Amino acid sequence: MSESINVTLKVWRQSGPGEPGRFETYPLENVSTHASFLEMLDILNQKLTNTGKEPVAFDSDCREGICGSCGLMVDGQAHGPDTETATCQLHMRRFSDGDTITIEPWRARPFPVLKDLVVDRSAFDRIVEAGGYNSINAGNAPDANAILIPKDRAEAAMDAAACIGCGACVAACKNASAMLFVSAKVMHFARLPQGDPERTTRVSRMVAQMDEEGFGSCTNTTECEAACPKGISFSNIVELRREFVRAQVTGRTSR
Amino acid sequence: MTLESKIPSGPMDKKWSKHKFDLKLVAPANKRKHTILVVGTGLAGASAAATLGELGYNVKAFFFHDSPRRAHSIAAQGGINAAKNYQNDGDSVHRLFYDTVKGGDFRAREANVHRLAEVSVNIIDQCVAQGVPFAREYGGELANRSFGGAQVSRTFYARGQTGQQLLLGAYSSMMRQVDNGKVQLFPRREMLDVVVIDGVARGVVCRNLVTGEFESYAGDAVLLCTGGYGNVFYLSTNAKNCNVTAAWRAVKRGAFFANPCFTQIHPTCIPQSGEYQSKLTLMSESLRNDGRVWVPLRKGDTRSAREIPESERDYFLERRYPSFGNLVPRDVASRASKAVCDEGRGVGPTGLAVYLDFADAIGRDGETTIRQKYGNLFQMYAKITDDNPYEVPMRIYPAVHYTMGGLWVDYNLESTVPGLFVLGEANFSDHGANRLGASALMQGLADGYFIVPYTVGSHIAGRKLDKVTTDHPAFADAERSCREMTTRLLGVQGTRSVDSFHRELGMTLWNNCGMARNDEGLRSARGKIRELRDAFWKDVRVTGKGQELNQTLEHAGRLADFLEFAELLVVDAAERKESCGGHFREEYQTEEGEAMRDDKNFQYVAAWEFKGVGEDPALHKEPLEFEEVHPSQRSYK
Ligand SMILES: Cc1cc2nc3c(=O)[nH]c(=O)nc-3n(C[C@H](O)[C@H](O)[C@H](O)COP(=O)(O)OP(=O)(O)OC[C@H]3O[C@@H](n4cnc5c(N)ncnc54)[C@H](O)[C@@H]3O)c2cc1C
Ligand code: SF4
Ligand code: FES
Repeated sequence: MSESINVTLKVWRQSGPGEPGRFETYPLENVSTHASFLEMLDILNQKLTNTGKEPVAFDSDCREGICGSCGLMVDGQAHGPDTETATCQLHMRRFSDGDTITIEPWRARPFPVLKDLVVDRSAFDRIVEAGGYNSINAGNAPDANAILIPKDRAEAAMDAAACIGCGACVAACKNASAMLFVSAKVMHFARLPQGDPERTTRVSRMVAQMDEEGFGSCTNTTECEAACPKGISFSNIVELRREFVRAQVTGRTSR
Repeated sequence: MTLESKIPSGPMDKKWSKHKFDLKLVAPANKRKHTILVVGTGLAGASAAATLGELGYNVKAFFFHDSPRRAHSIAAQGGINAAKNYQNDGDSVHRLFYDTVKGGDFRAREANVHRLAEVSVNIIDQCVAQGVPFAREYGGELANRSFGGAQVSRTFYARGQTGQQLLLGAYSSMMRQVDNGKVQLFPRREMLDVVVIDGVARGVVCRNLVTGEFESYAGDAVLLCTGGYGNVFYLSTNAKNCNVTAAWRAVKRGAFFANPCFTQIHPTCIPQSGEYQSKLTLMSESLRNDGRVWVPLRKGDTRSAREIPESERDYFLERRYPSFGNLVPRDVASRASKAVCDEGRGVGPTGLAVYLDFADAIGRDGETTIRQKYGNLFQMYAKITDDNPYEVPMRIYPAVHYTMGGLWVDYNLESTVPGLFVLGEANFSDHGANRLGASALMQGLADGYFIVPYTVGSHIAGRKLDKVTTDHPAFADAERSCREMTTRLLGVQGTRSVDSFHRELGMTLWNNCGMARNDEGLRSARGKIRELRDAFWKDVRVTGKGQELNQTLEHAGRLADFLEFAELLVVDAAERKESCGGHFREEYQTEEGEAMRDDKNFQYVAAWEFKGVGEDPALHKEPLEFEEVHPSQRSYK
């Protein structure tokens, strides 16, 4: 494998919310294949700055696939070509010399672009606000081992809780559905005994909020699962539907 | 000004209960008349905001991220300590207290540490009730592991994503209070000033990072929960945007900064691979439970790891520290790794790495077991390096990881500015000169869930707080000074990028104030930092405008603060003429190269008062007394 490559970047540039955007083309030479994708963008930004141009705005923080800040469409794929990989974990060794790489922000109506590749994902926070919690005040909790939880149940809850809230599932879906994100949160709680008391109101309220934010309906094509950097399984959506129906039939659906 | 630590009287294990009783209370109906400003929503901030909301206060929470869930706490991997003694292996509040004081090399306040150990048990209860999916045994009870050299198993964990799960727990509790109308969120806001009126912290000024507007907020108390300053070194395991700005601006308003030279270098990080490197990635300490650290016996041995026979390997931690072996504390392990690399026995393309080898563990327990324990860490390693750690040993090297230093606070977590409280990594409190693994998460949550909710109440009930609104001229003054700084940054119009200055600052500190420090190096570093600061203000190029989302401008502001703060860091390191914990002065070591503490002259907290940029700061000493754990030379032999 060659140690450095030349690539051409086609990057979405947009000066602010609601402004028209366009692609700009930037050639970039001698990029180390050991550099991460975001380090490659750092190099681009350094180059732009040196020539007095404005660098490309993009969100990132942890750069190790856990904070959920980063998120780019790379050649039309959310988080790029690798499975279970956030954009910040993608490395240039995945690309070849002479490649043209297209880089865009998440495209979904509930995630408006703020600038260049930065979008507003606060809709996710509002969905969590609508019941994505257990109501327990600090100091009120019983001893942690008072309720035993079978290992497989705890593991299954953890599988769902691993979601990083990046929004790739929405970006990958042609309907911009947030079902994978919502199902991960709902099922994390539903699999634990501590989540039981609010099980029915939680699912009803979170789904209602999801609709209110303007996310589309599920296409059942599992594009979300394929894009998810944390391997959140589509089966969560199947179970979410069950939870939702159960809530409609049996439970309180609002507070 | 004398520093009043406000440590309660009485026996160590009764101090906190006594103090809680002595603290003044705010009547339930009055709480809703008070507003508390919380800056930062990591573990410390989110837990504080949630709890204060539950109590009935009005809380406004500010953070520079787009969502509270992205705070750097999310990245913590290994686990959280608590003195539950679920394993029946002899743990207790007293033992956790003892280990933390000793691990901190006798530079922490005993009373604070004891309280931390006491409330640790409540934290786990709280988190489980929130739905944190900690690892469990087949019988359904919580699992524990031993971590960071502890000789008991007291660490709770959720795979390798403990910080994520704890933060999501705190975040969900906070979102519940948003739902209840008690907490209001202010995302993408960067706090740039603390507003002090009649000597009391009464507000903050933030820059709205989307519009570029300056915004003022008034309240009855300000809580800084803004994390650590490890990124002053540029390369660290911290998230890219961690910074010292909030703390430093508070320093300029009268808060003292304590022990800035106490920085922690973590032994197990993925080594730097090139010039373009933007940050370093931690490989959790838990890996040292099963991985063995070694380098070739011979200098310049270029054979691949597997070609080197057992007899030609040096398992240097096991050799030097037979009783703790690979599990010696972080500072000790980091220095030992540096020493073998300095001898020319380091591995990998740069020679700045040592092996962390799992072959024996895989042979003993099987690959499946190792995969279950560390699967996600191995995957993370493979993604970054393109090596398969199941087959070849990992290569690791120490990197800046955590900052024990921080704003000085008394027992109430209140800084030298009344009404300004500091929580989590941003304060200096509990870890002395070296933090033990899995203790930062514990401290952040202890501060937020169980300590500050009591002490803030006492501030509100005990002080006469006149009503203040943002019409007070102090807000306009603070906004003006923030605006001026932005204008100044944009006005330089120089030729060098912010990033290049930051890298140079980082190199200067790493070389002179990193794993080993000496008087000469620290002096020259101070000079270089000053020169770099001058060069920055003459030649930095900040593109774009102030009235928009401008990440270069954000970075420039943070770097400007780092450039001032860095000088304090080296001044503190020069002043502390002893070696303790993460602070290793080459002049003060034993013949075997171990750290030599000087309790006679340096058993104190160094709290620094700002006297102006480029001026010598004033040192205030808080003497440390040890009633329970008697200072001894740490030995892990
Ligand atoms: C890779 C890694 C792994 C770790 N693993 C462990 C572990 O296993 N166990 C353990 O105990 N500890 C661990 N630590 C340490 C621990 O994670 C941190 O010390 C702890 O999470 C810090 O929490 P905090 O709440 O103080 O700050 P942070 O989580 O850093 O939060 C800071 C908050 O402040 C906000 N903020 C900062 N400045 C401003 C400003 N000017 N204006 C507005 N908002 C601002 C940010 O938006 C953020 O919300 C680890 C650290 C790292 C780097
Ligand atoms: S479900 Fe996956 S893709 Fe969707 S937000 Fe969570 S981690 Fe991201
Ligand atoms: S930057 Fe944190 S997940 Fe990519």
